Amino acid sequence: MAELDTSGKGGGHKGGKIRSKKASTRIDLTAMVDLAFLLITFFIMTTTLSKPKAMDMFMPDKTKKDVQLPVPETRTMTVWLGANDKIEWFVGAPGKSQPTISNFGKNGIRKDLVEQDKKIQATHAGPDNYMIVLVKPSDHSTYKDFVNMIDEINIAGIKSYGVVDITPAEVAQLKKDGNY
Amino acid sequence: MARIKVPRKSTALDMTAMCDVAFLLLTFFIMTAKLRTDDPLHIDTPFATQVQVVPDENLATIEVGKNKVFFGIEGTDVRKALLEEMGKQYKIQFTPEEEARFAVIPTFGVPMNQLRQYIALNDEQRKTFNQSGIPVDTTTNNELSTWIYQARLVQKNLKNQELRIAIKGDSRDMYPEYKKVVDVLQRQAVNKFVLMTQLKGK
Repeated sequence: MAELDTSGKGGGHKGGKIRSKKASTRIDLTAMVDLAFLLITFFIMTTTLSKPKAMDMFMPDKTKKDVQLPVPETRTMTVWLGANDKIEWFVGAPGKSQPTISNFGKNGIRKDLVEQDKKIQATHAGPDNYMIVLVKPSDHSTYKDFVNMIDEINIAGIKSYGVVDITPAEVAQLKKDGNY
Repeated sequence: MARIKVPRKSTALDMTAMCDVAFLLLTFFIMTAKLRTDDPLHIDTPFATQVQVVPDENLATIEVGKNKVFFGIEGTDVRKALLEEMGKQYKIQFTPEEEARFAVIPTFGVPMNQLRQYIALNDEQRKTFNQSGIPVDTTTNNELSTWIYQARLVQKNLKNQELRIAIKGDSRDMYPEYKKVVDVLQRQAVNKFVLMTQLKGK
């Protein structure tokens, strides 16, 4: 049997006359071990070992109107989030160039972000030659698309981005392309 | 033929070490355990790669899903003080017993006029109770806005910390749902918050 043996052997009294009968100190541990494992199982099942994860999000301060920086249009990339996980993007002033339709795939928006960032950094003089991304989610885009988009921006290491409300004209363009 | 006798070995084995290990593990799990809380909205958070671990304390969570908004805040003392403040705002006098009961509710989604009724329920009844969500509209003093504002004040007064705010949205939700909550935050000049996500591999 399983037991705990703590009875000392060999160290008896010498010539002792009074000998109390020693009771065995062996204890059966089986039940205790059973219980311990049962509790472990319970705690493993009920705990959430993976801590919740979250993504940082910053929005511009709406109360201060005077802190907006003048930004050259050639350095901005506007991204519209449409329905069905579709994206349209363009660089520069709106209406000048046809927006490119993209997606969240491997060769989708991530590649576009990195390429455009490189292009803009090459054509503009430093030190402020980074690309600014304006994310404009339409009402038909999902929260998942929005989180994905911000994540792609973080992955691409874009220094500056903003979330802006979409305008009716832009919605009209999305509709025309069948992405709304 | 002589039969070969296999010597019988004792089946007794020393379980002391096993017992030690079992209790060590048990202690570890009890210490680190944070019991899984019931999620009334069953939110399926989106995936992201660039994430941080969310802290356990000084955190208010706004859950958005199925066109409903739920609110929760960490810390029993904060919850108690928050309920008292909200009672003052909406002219409802909560008893100390109601405050104690509210202190153990992690998240809730009922309008102020149903809150007392909701607090009076037991755990089982709360699960089946149809929570309609905290009312949100475009005015500056809608209920969600008041909850957040009072929560920030309470956290500041009790712990002298700026309340951290997390938004837990469902990935299937449409963007305007989320936008509605962000607008509430932005009207209070809360421009830094976190979005609850799950980690995904690149």
